[in-house]
Amino acid sequence: MSTVPLLQARDVTKHFGGRIACRDVSFDLWPGEVLGVVGESGSGKTTLLNCLAGRMTPDAGSVGYASAPSGVVDIHGLSEARRRLLTRTEWGFVNQDAREGLRMGVSAGANIGERLMAIGARHYGDIRGVAADWLDQVEIEPDRLDDRPTTFSGGMRQRLQIARNLVSNPRLVFMDEPTGGLDVSVQARILDLLRGLVTNLNLSAVLVTHDLGVARLLTHRLMVMQGGRVVEDGLTDQVLDDPRHAYTQMLVSSILPV
Amino acid sequence: MPDTSVHEGAYNYAYLDEQTKRMIRRAILKAVAVPGYQVPFGGREMPLPYGWGTGGIQVTAAIIGRDDTLKVIDQGADDTTNAVSIRRFFARVAGVATTTRTEEASLIQTRHRVPETPLREGQILVFQVPIPEPLRMLEPRETETRTLHALSEYGVMQVSLYESIARHGRISKSYNYPVMVNGRYIMSPSPIPKFDNPKLDRSPALQLYGAGREKRIYAVPPYTPVKSLDFDDHPFEIETWSECCAFCGSKESFLDEMIVDDAGKRMFVCSDTDWCQERQGHHQGQPSK
Repeated sequence: MSTVPLLQARDVTKHFGGRIACRDVSFDLWPGEVLGVVGESGSGKTTLLNCLAGRMTPDAGSVGYASAPSGVVDIHGLSEARRRLLTRTEWGFVNQDAREGLRMGVSAGANIGERLMAIGARHYGDIRGVAADWLDQVEIEPDRLDDRPTTFSGGMRQRLQIARNLVSNPRLVFMDEPTGGLDVSVQARILDLLRGLVTNLNLSAVLVTHDLGVARLLTHRLMVMQGGRVVEDGLTDQVLDDPRHAYTQMLVSSILPV
Repeated sequence: MPDTSVHEGAYNYAYLDEQTKRMIRRAILKAVAVPGYQVPFGGREMPLPYGWGTGGIQVTAAIIGRDDTLKVIDQGADDTTNAVSIRRFFARVAGVATTTRTEEASLIQTRHRVPETPLREGQILVFQVPIPEPLRMLEPRETETRTLHALSEYGVMQVSLYESIARHGRISKSYNYPVMVNGRYIMSPSPIPKFDNPKLDRSPALQLYGAGREKRIYAVPPYTPVKSLDFDDHPFEIETWSECCAFCGSKESFLDEMIVDDAGKRMFVCSDTDWCQERQGHHQGQPSK
């Protein structure tokens, strides 16, 4: 294992006016590791994710990323050009609502191919081949390549969004409730797919979810957030089986038994 | 050349006041210095509606001088309403000589075409541009398109070409075909047919583009590389016709298709009237002012 963490968050703090969205969040994410961020609605999970992914600028703290070509860089100290380049080559971002992450007006193939074209691919046949290959990897029938995502079901859109992000072989993927709003059988398929992809591609990921079941399945380590603070963190099984903090105990005990 | 018409009204030479012309010239200089970059300018109200060439007219007014010879074309023709009106306008407010012959003109204002006759050094081609932003139909936010230009992030333009091939089997865009200028900025060549795109590449003439409603000026200096976007396996192609011009027999010019009777009989004629008449060997000479 590498000696440098892939992502280093130090005292990340973000206010919205007088309201604190997240405060003093620090952690290291190591290559190949999946970190889960759980907590109830409004606990600052998504804000934290946006700060980590460079979509929002934190009021205090820093986010360092060990970039493959250029070593450790401060995400918020980078020029916009370099940050955008980084986010579309080495990173991926899977939104909860697939419509936000996809171009709904163009075909599935174009959606998957966009990152390739953005970094200079100019061979239509090759781009199409890669797109078809990725469609297959996320278990969408190849004859849907030229269909628009508007004709796709919710689960298919989410899988398409995952393919669109992974096509550039990112090292780090941010996921915001990737299975939120989907029914359980579809959820199960996507979780299965994600677990396979994370293992096969040796991806690192930060996964935000309120669903402890999802966290248990996908993540290695867990951070529990409440009111913008991290109240507990540790190995996923440890946190879920033996929660120490009262809030975590409450969270774990609120899972409905089937 | 004494020309009383210039002084008959309360208008300054070439209609615009000197401060406005200065401002437009500054924008033009900046545009020439950064080929393909859209320079904002304080567009003025002109005595014709937006969409009829207000941008082109302002650029022409800012650079026209008494010894210029002006040609105005609209869809290739010198005798359409728009072309005749603009030509008459400048003959009146600037007292310049006008012509329909491409070779004689020092300044050519155009809408929708580049003349077939090859341009030479010293000539200036002024385009009227309705939508200067090539990314407009792909990205509605102006702040975002400016960022994309600034960072040279042009994946989305390529996506639109990909989508066109996926849907139609070829790049179906036939006019306003996006070009890369000097390897840096993607530019809208104004709604000229893609047939004319190769003429922009390393042209000896200066090309100025004026968008009146959107208040943008951009330029392609002489001998600047202009590349039409494409894919390696779907290269850029121009239109071809199986017919030739019914008047002059031209096979190498851009042809307009006309339906000549109720039975749907078709005729193809050159879109560039000057070129066609030149080839027929009877040029009608100076237009009436």
